[in-house]
Amino acid sequence: MQDDPVIRVVTKVLIPAIMLFALYVQFHGDYGPGGGFQAGVIFAAALVLNAVVFGLHRARQVWPMRYNLMGVSAGVLLYGGTGVWSMLAGANYLDYFALKADPKAAQHLGILLVEFGVGLTVASVMVALFFAFAGRLTHIRLVAKTAAHEAADTEASRAGDTA
Amino acid sequence: MMMQHLPILQVILPLLAAPFAALASRRHWAWHLTLVATAGAFAISLLLLATILRTGTPIIYDLGGWPAPIGIVYVIDSASAFVLPVVSGIGFIATLAARHLVIAEIDARDHPLFFAAWLLTLAGMLGQVTTGDAFNIFVFLEISSLSGYALVAMGAGRDRRALPAAFNYLILGTVGATFYVIGLGLLYMLTGTLNLADLSVRLADVENLRPAYVALAFIALGLFLKMALFPLHLWLAPAYSHAPSAVTALMAATATKVSVYVLIRILFGVFGFEFPYMTQAVGGLLLTLGLLGAFVGTFAAIVETDLKRLFAQSSIAQLGYMAIGLGIMTSAGIAASFIHLFNHALMKGALFLALGVIAAQTTHLSLHTIKGAGRQIPMTMTAILLGGLALIGVPLTAGFISKLYLIRALIDSGLWAIAAVTFVSSALALVYVWKIVEHAWFTERPENAPVLTETPGQWAQAWILVLATIGFGIYAGPLVEAAFGAAQVFGPDIIQATQTIEGLQIIEGLEGQE
Repeated sequence: MQDDPVIRVVTKVLIPAIMLFALYVQFHGDYGPGGGFQAGVIFAAALVLNAVVFGLHRARQVWPMRYNLMGVSAGVLLYGGTGVWSMLAGANYLDYFALKADPKAAQHLGILLVEFGVGLTVASVMVALFFAFAGRLTHIRLVAKTAAHEAADTEASRAGDTA
Repeated sequence: MMMQHLPILQVILPLLAAPFAALASRRHWAWHLTLVATAGAFAISLLLLATILRTGTPIIYDLGGWPAPIGIVYVIDSASAFVLPVVSGIGFIATLAARHLVIAEIDARDHPLFFAAWLLTLAGMLGQVTTGDAFNIFVFLEISSLSGYALVAMGAGRDRRALPAAFNYLILGTVGATFYVIGLGLLYMLTGTLNLADLSVRLADVENLRPAYVALAFIALGLFLKMALFPLHLWLAPAYSHAPSAVTALMAATATKVSVYVLIRILFGVFGFEFPYMTQAVGGLLLTLGLLGAFVGTFAAIVETDLKRLFAQSSIAQLGYMAIGLGIMTSAGIAASFIHLFNHALMKGALFLALGVIAAQTTHLSLHTIKGAGRQIPMTMTAILLGGLALIGVPLTAGFISKLYLIRALIDSGLWAIAAVTFVSSALALVYVWKIVEHAWFTERPENAPVLTETPGQWAQAWILVLATIGFGIYAGPLVEAAFGAAQVFGPDIIQATQTIEGLQIIEGLEGQE
């Protein structure tokens, strides 16, 4: 697919739009439909599209797996950390009212942080899943190739024996 | 100030330690972090138990400051405070042993992720026990199960059969969890609430509607699968025998026990003894399946030659005894199940940790491997022997206390025949324990067999649990008292009284306004 100019150009145009839409769904989730789960999946879809069109290798350069694991963990920590913050502020775990003096702003900040944690983890996990499964393909091909080579070798040596 | 937050800290300490463990750049950092987190969780659960034993009033923690039934609450009462130290204590001791077992069995690069999954599975189990919200139970069930499947699959480095075993476990575990959530959906449709205490109150109005029966059937079946009750036990033996040794010790001692606890919580805490069909249908089913499981598990263990599998089969028998205790449908029966839940966690933890010492040195762990091993690795084999004696229920071990209270509860309810059969099946456990004794001590070690070694650092963790088994066998008073206290929570007449008092007041207040 890398050779098809139409797909390449369309993808390049689409990817930023998809990412922007993911951010819209993420942050508009505080007021309307949306939120971290949906946004995370949409964001990951942009990276999956990149991997499908430009190849897994290049997608891994754009989004290294080392940082991806950090994303998975950071999301959980952001969510849990918000709860710990409210606990340190003297209220119960995840009690957003404790985060700020103004109750409306406090609720807004709390849900913003928590949802962003969700979005970060969901996006990173989706990418990790896709890379893991897609990575298997090259591995399987390699195994199949070696198996075929070995079979050819034994065949050749057997032919040599009979000769 | 921190004391009031103990219920939530119990869960979030291992939960938030998990991402840090995953990011640990040196492999032993992950283990040290896990050790600190599990030690902390164990200390918290002991504090909670001490508080509950002293005051007797349940601790209710409103998440996010939203009171029940609108918000999610964590409820620590006599029952959950009894189970928490079992889970976190085994988690702590298994983590101690995990150091040498994981180095021997898991590829060094995977250690951070291994310990992250390890902490998540612990957090999930602690969450299931702590929460007072039925849907929260499902979420934590999934957290502990999903990381559990990953842990089992990590045995693949040494034994490829771990992969199909983990996959089977995944499919059946997911079916179990789905059944639970289907049942829960029906309950939510009927009552409009997910809070356990609120559910039990509102369910009384609709208990003659058919969806309530269907909900009971789905939830019970899902949890039977999760606790590996015969005939839904087939995932257990392969998963336990091919998983890494540390994982087997952790899961065999805790995972199924937590499901038993959740079953008790839902059956008696939500549906209650008075629910139609409860005594006849559910009680009869638990008694029948428990008895069958006890025999099937014991016979499977008798013919088994693979040691991990042998003790996994014996777990099925032991879970059968817990089901029998529940099937009696009295407080004494539930207390017997709680006692056995505690004791079996100690015994199986000890057995699998001791087996781990041998498993770390050989690829194939069968009766043949331990021929004459009694003289080469005396401490490990003695731990296995004592654990085995506790499984049979020999006096002076904790197993005896379990069987004593189970049989007493059966006789009190006039179930003489079942008591006799239970006695016979636990005596049959002698056969498979004797097989091990015969191979380890009364057989010469084959000359070409590899030399087995042991160090105190390897067998000490198993011995902590063995000594606890003997300790609670001799001095069982506090244990029995705590277990009866736990069963009291579900006593026929005081089902709701102890749970979520605040929540109930709110409901009454709302109804008063209308």
